[in-house]
Amino acid sequence: MDYFLTEQQMMIRETARQVAREKIVPVRAELDEKEEFPWEVIKACAAADLFAIWIPEAYGGLGGGILDLCIAVEELSKACAGVAVSYAASALGTIPIVLFGSEEQKAKFLPDVASGRRLGAFALTEAGAGSDAGGVQTTAVRDGDHYVLNGTKQWITNGGDAEIYTVVAITDRSRGPRGASTFIVEKGTPGFTFGKKEIKMGIRSSSTRELVFTDCRVPKENLLGKEGQGFIVAMKTLDKSRPGIGAQALGIAQGAFDEAAIYSRQRVQFGHPISSFQAVQHMLANMAIKIEASRALIYSVARYIDSGAKDYSKESAMAKVFPSDMAMEVTTDAVQILGGYGYMRDYPVEKMMRDAKITQIYEGTNQVIRNVIGLSIVKEFAKRAQA
Amino acid sequence: MKIIVCIKQVPDTVHVRIDEKTGAMEREGVPAIVNPYDLYALEEALRLREAHGGSVTALTMGPPQAEAALRDAIALGVDEGCHLSGREFAGGDTLATSYALAKGVEKIGGYHLILCGKQAIDGDTAQVGPELAEHLGVPFLGFVRRVREAGIGRIVVERMTEEGADVVESSLPAVVSVVKEINTPRLPSLKGKMRAKSFKATTWNAAALGADEARLGFAGSPTKVVKIFHPEARSGGEIIAGAPAEVAARLAEKLRSLGVCR
Repeated sequence: MDYFLTEQQMMIRETARQVAREKIVPVRAELDEKEEFPWEVIKACAAADLFAIWIPEAYGGLGGGILDLCIAVEELSKACAGVAVSYAASALGTIPIVLFGSEEQKAKFLPDVASGRRLGAFALTEAGAGSDAGGVQTTAVRDGDHYVLNGTKQWITNGGDAEIYTVVAITDRSRGPRGASTFIVEKGTPGFTFGKKEIKMGIRSSSTRELVFTDCRVPKENLLGKEGQGFIVAMKTLDKSRPGIGAQALGIAQGAFDEAAIYSRQRVQFGHPISSFQAVQHMLANMAIKIEASRALIYSVARYIDSGAKDYSKESAMAKVFPSDMAMEVTTDAVQILGGYGYMRDYPVEKMMRDAKITQIYEGTNQVIRNVIGLSIVKEFAKRAQA
Repeated sequence: MKIIVCIKQVPDTVHVRIDEKTGAMEREGVPAIVNPYDLYALEEALRLREAHGGSVTALTMGPPQAEAALRDAIALGVDEGCHLSGREFAGGDTLATSYALAKGVEKIGGYHLILCGKQAIDGDTAQVGPELAEHLGVPFLGFVRRVREAGIGRIVVERMTEEGADVVESSLPAVVSVVKEINTPRLPSLKGKMRAKSFKATTWNAAALGADEARLGFAGSPTKVVKIFHPEARSGGEIIAGAPAEVAARLAEKLRSLGVCR
């Protein structure tokens, strides 16, 4: 399929593809096995300017849109979703600065993000605040020129390895959802430490860790947007980033599909390559249909966002739910096509199946995201009924 | 430090086929790439620039389409690209090529170091580097696997040998040819590719270089290719099967009967 990409988008695809082929594929199994943060690959992504994609040109970036970012994520994910999520989490952690940062904040933080010298991370989730983001317990209390943060964030991607964290904390509990605020917290700030490093089913080379704030004093200049805007910052950021999770899922599925298609032509049973059997052909056909449908959805939504659309929560949510469910199905089928070999670690598809699962869970479980879509539909029809 | 890197556009040998009748290489539809060894030279030049400042200029000789090799170098981060192009250069052997490159280097001027890949993957002669140094009258350091120190007027390198390495110190300017052990070349960057898109090489013909045309191209090449042929494919062979001890005994017997050993 030709998606009529711009010259820059084709350049991004080619560049990310080369990084994936030459720097990621040779080491992905080892990174997965050792649960090692992929610093060498991250450096290669930085050298290739992949971290510059979503940063405005004024701050050393390329000024690319969500589609540009999705293309890079898709290509990296074809090779290894663990690497791709480490890359994408830097985008998730710094998009709030791009969207809501002051001139000073952008000038201070974004150039280092664009060059890949410093990674970003986004910290919303807590032990008691997953799908129910309103349950955030971390507090930020104003004290002179500082805010004092206390609390623990959980399952933070790039935790420990990132240097720039956007952290959601409660500044005024009496105001409910309007009582949260977002702060930029730098690694090394006194009172900011890292807790448990998680051992995971998939995306094992990425780091997932607790952030612990103990009387951590953050300068008031690091407040993103206004006090009380915390959830708005978070929701607007997630609306922008969700197609990126879709792109991750898409990449994983495409990677698994490619492995399955190649294998099916090589594997001979009953005297014929298994690709000649209709049962296998239909599986491949269904996988290809779902992958292409996902790509069409993700690219369309990303373009819609990049066109300057105002409200795209519903579309953005769709571009996460559908591809992630699809990736789980497609990777499962890829393992099935490879049969016993597919279940073994000698082939990459079992890893892809493990990696796919998280895309249905993080940045909003597919259940809570269906709530977003459902609510949006109900509102839309309520409006129509009034008109 | 001003560094010049000599690069060559070559056919991607992974895709090359030989026409069995004529013995000539089928160039049609074969993608052209930067000679892989030259990528190590480019990488080393970029690293030296990062460490010591200065500039890196890529220099190539070749037909108009060879400008693509310079564009690839720009995408990797090279500052400038110079292209020696014109009919006068066509058909040159290593002597004529190195003479042309020497004239190009002199035209660029003010250089401290010239880097080359140890050889090109199409001709495999490894002659252009040393010949270039000879034309310029500067030292040549071949098969370098590591640059230990580099400064104005002085360089210390490790030259790879079969047993290990020689550590050699030389004055600059000098010509250094590098082996693939020296580094891991970077990949092109997005910003580099964007620069490359609008890049126009500085192009010089023989007249612009003030070169003696009798020493260029086919006319200036003492090497004459008499015949190119594809070695005949050997078939057959003998496979000795059986238990290891038995195979070893039969192999030894065979080698003795052929007079390979006694």
